[in-house]
Amino acid sequence: MNRLFPVLVTTAVFLIGFVVCSLQFPNFASTRVVADLLTDNAFLGIVATGMTFVIISGGIDLSVGAVIGFTTVFLALAIQQLGISPWLAFAAILIVCAAFGAAMGAVIQYFDLPPFIVTLAGMFLARGASFLMSTESIPINAPLYSELPDYAIKLPGDGQLTVIAMIMLAVFAFGIVLLHFTRFGANVYALGGSRVTAALMGVRIGRVTILIYTLSSVLAGLSGIVFSFYTSAGYSLSAVGVELDTIAAVVIGGTLLAGGYGFVFGTFVGVLIQGLIQSYINFDGTLSSWWTKIATGILLFAFIVLQQAMVGFARRRSRRAVGVTLS
Amino acid sequence: MALRLPRSGVPQVLAFLAILAINWTVSPQFFDIRLQDGRLFGSLIDVFNRGAPVALLSLGMVLVIATRGIDLSVGAVMAISGAIAASLADTHPLPVVLAAALGAGLLCGLWNGLLVAVLGIQPIVATLILMVAGRGIAQLITEGRIVTFTAPELVWFGGGSVLGIPAPVAITLGMLLVTLILVRGTALGLMIEATGGNARASALAGVGTTAMTMAVYVWCSLCAALAGIIAAADILGADANNAGLWLELDAILAVVIGGTSLFGGRFSLVYAVLGALIIQAMNTGILLSGFRPEFNLVVKAVVVLVVLLMQSPRLSGLGLLLSRVSK
Amino acid sequence: MAVTPLLETRGLTKSFAGVCVLDHVDFTLRAGEIHALLGENGAGKSTLIKLVTGVVSRDAGTVLLDGAAVDLRSADAALSAGVATVYQEVNMLPNLSVAQNLFLGRQPTRFGFVRESEMRRRATVLLNEFGLDIDVAAPLGDYSVAVQQITAIARAVDMSARVLILDEPTASLDKHEVEILFAAMRQLAGRGIGIVFVTHFLDQVYAISDRITVLRNGRLVGERETAKLPRMELVHMMLGRELSEVTVARSHHVAGMAHPPYAVFRQFGKAGTIAPFDLELRSGEVVGLAGLLGSGRTETARLVFGADRADVGTATVDGRAARLHSPRDAVQLGFGYCPEERKTDGIVAELTVRENIVLALQARRGLLKPLSRREQDEIATRFIKLLDIRPADPERPIGLLSGGNQQKALLARWLAISPRLLILDEPTRGIDVGAHAEIIRLIRQLCADGLALLVISSELEEIVTYADQVIVLRERAHVTALTSDAINVTSILAAIAADLPRAA
Repeated sequence: MNRLFPVLVTTAVFLIGFVVCSLQFPNFASTRVVADLLTDNAFLGIVATGMTFVIISGGIDLSVGAVIGFTTVFLALAIQQLGISPWLAFAAILIVCAAFGAAMGAVIQYFDLPPFIVTLAGMFLARGASFLMSTESIPINAPLYSELPDYAIKLPGDGQLTVIAMIMLAVFAFGIVLLHFTRFGANVYALGGSRVTAALMGVRIGRVTILIYTLSSVLAGLSGIVFSFYTSAGYSLSAVGVELDTIAAVVIGGTLLAGGYGFVFGTFVGVLIQGLIQSYINFDGTLSSWWTKIATGILLFAFIVLQQAMVGFARRRSRRAVGVTLS
Repeated sequence: MALRLPRSGVPQVLAFLAILAINWTVSPQFFDIRLQDGRLFGSLIDVFNRGAPVALLSLGMVLVIATRGIDLSVGAVMAISGAIAASLADTHPLPVVLAAALGAGLLCGLWNGLLVAVLGIQPIVATLILMVAGRGIAQLITEGRIVTFTAPELVWFGGGSVLGIPAPVAITLGMLLVTLILVRGTALGLMIEATGGNARASALAGVGTTAMTMAVYVWCSLCAALAGIIAAADILGADANNAGLWLELDAILAVVIGGTSLFGGRFSLVYAVLGALIIQAMNTGILLSGFRPEFNLVVKAVVVLVVLLMQSPRLSGLGLLLSRVSK
Repeated sequence: MAVTPLLETRGLTKSFAGVCVLDHVDFTLRAGEIHALLGENGAGKSTLIKLVTGVVSRDAGTVLLDGAAVDLRSADAALSAGVATVYQEVNMLPNLSVAQNLFLGRQPTRFGFVRESEMRRRATVLLNEFGLDIDVAAPLGDYSVAVQQITAIARAVDMSARVLILDEPTASLDKHEVEILFAAMRQLAGRGIGIVFVTHFLDQVYAISDRITVLRNGRLVGERETAKLPRMELVHMMLGRELSEVTVARSHHVAGMAHPPYAVFRQFGKAGTIAPFDLELRSGEVVGLAGLLGSGRTETARLVFGADRADVGTATVDGRAARLHSPRDAVQLGFGYCPEERKTDGIVAELTVRENIVLALQARRGLLKPLSRREQDEIATRFIKLLDIRPADPERPIGLLSGGNQQKALLARWLAISPRLLILDEPTRGIDVGAHAEIIRLIRQLCADGLALLVISSELEEIVTYADQVIVLRERAHVTALTSDAINVTSILAAIAADLPRAA
């Protein structure tokens, strides 16, 4: 139960928050609000799934926001100016992102450099490359972009589950399976526990590290594709600062920033909490947008202190003998 | 850990001179300096003037990094202090304005120092909290607007001059001297290097490592607050959204270029400032040569990677191996 | 012998930086036996293990597995050859479940998905063999070190290890847990697995081992059958040593007791670390702390220096009640401490010799009274000359110096503060013979100069030549204090070996 505690706290925070909002605003408890919550935060949820893997493995990826921006510009140019079919453009950008992530992972692994500085360079590179391609916002007029909203599933009430929201849910499902039910997932945790020990126990840490950053960048690319649907445009300044929101969502979701512990489901709830704060502020109308940042900061602080306390507690506890029987 | 001999700083000086020379070839007027209204103008002066905020940040950052830490919140602290200074400038006398803005910086530094030195939270995690929440706090102060002011006393910090030297340059130079006196004039420098080099051994030798860690975060935030005042004075207003945005990264980059290892220990204040000037000289050079300013980020990314790879223990090991093989 | 030994080493030799840490050691492990490998710190136990498993490459000698020479190059290769090592700091992942730890990298899968329930079933069965009935889905870190040890052993055995090396597995276990581990070890030995058991608890050696090999200073002292080796003789094998010419002369100054004590500790102790003790340190006197590894010697030193905070007792220095909450307090009082672990607790490797030497003095003077560069140079040069630190370059990073010279520089660090009390933890360990003699000469010199000294050493012949009082420790408590004529190797050994709890 101990391991689940942070996730339970996160879930409780979300549920209480939702109830409070519902009591305060009469229209809040509706499928529409819930569906919008999913749709509006889909890009954050997708990228946060990848970040969960990175953070559990003991790393960090600061490049994701820039990769999202790069993706939108790339798509806009490919679809609009080169006339490539959107599907082909999607495939191409995901391959580019995979190569980008793999390169960062390789540099981290083989040059023994701190992930934050390598992914920082990655962020400069991706943001710079998107600036070089275009500094203007380029609208995307492909039919796919105008048709996509039609494919939403109507929910009881007047909510609709959009394709975007479904993509996010699918990514979360994929993330849960990959992290919790495969050898790769176990290796991700192993890396977060101790790289040296994992290597001693036969985990090929180089391969795992590269795959983790590849996954993060691919999901950031997917997130960028989703992002381009919000605005039907590519803009090199989109998703500035999203890496921070993403890290915050992962940590609020109960994942230990030092690595080793965490759940994809927790990240999902962490994303919903951030969305909930945003919705509350929108519904209230008098509160200003900066309260989102302050509230996120406070939650971040609370969860980091909670984790620190739990780590300290676990350390003290592990000295005692627990439940051993000699049969 | 790799052992390094005390650096000489020659590569940094050469790099700076080379970039200046390149700038001169693309723009023959680069070294032209003229005196106008008692203040110096010219491209070279511009490099120093625009480089001042990052140089100030790097003064604090280099000390933090020397203790094996990192401070991601300096950009947010700049935004907070700028917001406070701009809001108070037209209604309060200058000493009050400065005291309030720098006092806020002091508090931010104490907060970071408390989390790192006392609660033992990893620096990158601890300072992330203020990085996220700080900008929200700044927006709270400015109420989301761009607060402008006209008070000439504060305007001086951006556009004034001392003996013809632009005020930001003079202030940065002053701070460099003050920091040098504080750090090298007392035993602080040795204590910080010892703490960063081996905190356990230093504590056993009677060094107050907790106080040392606390002090560097406070100083870092104070430098950031001062940089925030200059940035606000430069545009005659406070923009909580954009003031100091990404400058934490430039500051870290400046420190790394200045030859201080991200793994703590030996540091150099002067070369960190030189690192900041190298970054700015590159920026200016790119502008002068007619490249798009967007090119900047890509260049920075490449510089980060090259400098890091040169510092990487793996690579120096490889170089050693190669030189041995070639014999 | 009729049967080929399971594992055999012949003439294993290794030097680090010119210091021979293992000198032609022969070691034989038979199938189905539990073989205790004993020796003090620096005797060469861990080097021997590392050479056998190939973590460190050997300079000379051969390793035979089932009579055939093998050349293992890594822990991985050793494991595939059937040689597994389980360390005191369990090399497992506390954040993963017990089952994941057992099967990491070889989990049962179907269509690429880990069959969690199958894995748990297998894990439960595997651990049941070792008498362990626990929830294998819980994180390993939730369990005691004993369970973690057994899990590590189970993983190794399940990966078909035939030689199991257990490096200090019982160091952090309580009595009950030790029994659980021993039960597992006996069962494995019964299956024909050979176990190398490294420990410093002699009663455990007698409780479980069939045979004992003792190393000292990198040399093989001997191999005996446990049942035929009296304790006293064993302790003598571990600690005894032929007197070398450096350490023969013994010079006690008789007037010692006349001084009032400089520092007095009454019922000073810390729960779980060291039982409360009384200790009096006089200027011009050397108090030696003797005992086996883990008996509480270093713990005593750390408490006296404030590196750990005592939770009971009082300290009086120069007749006044003293606060000893941190090393800073101790340094202010004029205490100095050269720790045993030079690399992690002593030197700041990348700083220069000069900076390392002035560090404590500067810390004591405070930030606002910096030593000028000239003063620093003067101090560094003086001590480099005085202690003959080589190379005599104050600007060289200390990490590049040899162990003996690093030790001298650390001594210089404390001599620079003109200390009243100097605590030396194994000052002669891991340094070459020449520096060894110099440091002993220096200890005598300092004592003659009126310093109070507290010296921890496993070299009993050394201690008896300079100590005015020897305190013997056993099982984290001070048990005997020997003075004047009672100070000799025999009586110290007797005190260490006395009253060892009989094996169950």
